[in-house]
Amino acid sequence: LALYFHIGEREEKCIIEDLPSDTLVVGNYKIQRWDIQRHDFLESAPGLGMFVTVTAPSGEILLSKLYGPQGTFSFTSYLSGEHIICFQSNSTRFVAIAGSKLRIHLDIRVGEHFLDDSAAHAKDKVDEVSVRLEHLIEQIHHVSKEQDYEREREEKFRKTSEETNSNILWWAIAQTLILISVGIWQIKSLRDFFIAKKLV
Amino acid sequence: VAVPGAVCVAMPGAVRVAVRALCLAALLSALGAAGTELTLELPDSDRRCFHQELESGIKFTLDYQVISGGHYDVDCYVEDPNGKTIYQETKKQYDSFPHHTEVKGVYTFCFSNEFSTFSHKIVYFDFQVGDEPPILPDMNNRVTALTQMESACVTIHEMLNSVIDSQTHYRLREAQDRSRAEELNGRVSYWSVGETLILFVVSIGQVMLLKSFFTEKRPSSGGAGT
Repeated sequence: LALYFHIGEREEKCIIEDLPSDTLVVGNYKIQRWDIQRHDFLESAPGLGMFVTVTAPSGEILLSKLYGPQGTFSFTSYLSGEHIICFQSNSTRFVAIAGSKLRIHLDIRVGEHFLDDSAAHAKDKVDEVSVRLEHLIEQIHHVSKEQDYEREREEKFRKTSEETNSNILWWAIAQTLILISVGIWQIKSLRDFFIAKKLV
Repeated sequence: VAVPGAVCVAMPGAVRVAVRALCLAALLSALGAAGTELTLELPDSDRRCFHQELESGIKFTLDYQVISGGHYDVDCYVEDPNGKTIYQETKKQYDSFPHHTEVKGVYTFCFSNEFSTFSHKIVYFDFQVGDEPPILPDMNNRVTALTQMESACVTIHEMLNSVIDSQTHYRLREAQDRSRAEELNGRVSYWSVGETLILFVVSIGQVMLLKSFFTEKRPSSGGAGT
């Protein structure tokens, strides 16, 4: 677990993952608390846990669980779109002690299935080969899924651009018509007014 | 892309040991050097930092790109364990920063949106550490040439790596362009409606103002008119 970042005791930090549908996401994390006396991060703080919340693009909560100070969480996306993964510690310290912060180590993998277990249980070399082959085929499927999802997004993009284009065109025509008709109304109204006032 | 499995499996049984040892084990477990890629949202006037512990003499690369928000730019800086700033850029849309570490310790890189007052940005970054290990265990020390099967495996691995890279590149560019297009569409809609309203208000106001000049309150100036 290599990359880490800091958050406050009750703070929530989120990351965004844009996923195609039916994709498995696995995350490894480790959370450490700053110890004032030892001026270092404790290796493991008992009772310290982390809330992991995953929100689907439709707003539905896919995962909302409390995990221990170290562990793995995973979820599978049903819809394709932006999923938001949020981390918040379950620390009950309401008053932030000066200098108190938490360190979160994080590693997120998208679309990969770990083959360690199945490969280790392979009966012989041939089985291991076929297990690894299946893993490879799954990875290629993931590439293909991502590409399909990309095609969906590009279509949405193209629709937006075309909508903008026609918006501009129709609004320009509408505004010109409104301008002309309002101009005519102005002149008529003023002429009627002046005639009524016997000025013309 | 139906080829990958076929090549490594269609051979006589005796060669199968070689298959396991060289081809697939390397192909599949060599997912490349360690790296993290994340997409995060930077609220306005905020800064987020990430740290990583590295040995000395390692090559790392930091790629980042702003996907949406404001002018699509962000500040970024990288510090080595001694606190020295080894990379600093302001208001960049995307960049790639490779570096060989000299000091062992914790390297920090931060993205800052502090110059912006109301636009929050979505930033993607990819932090790759280390050179990729050769996918065949003793590829560099061999005396004999690679067998056909081994070189096929190497080729497949390299092609898959380039597929991943180009997929990520296109995904980011498309997300950025789509974000711009949606923003443009919104702006066109709102300004069109606003302009139409202003048009009505101004024209009706003009007529009423003119009429008010000629009302009974100032009968003497009625004739002078315009």
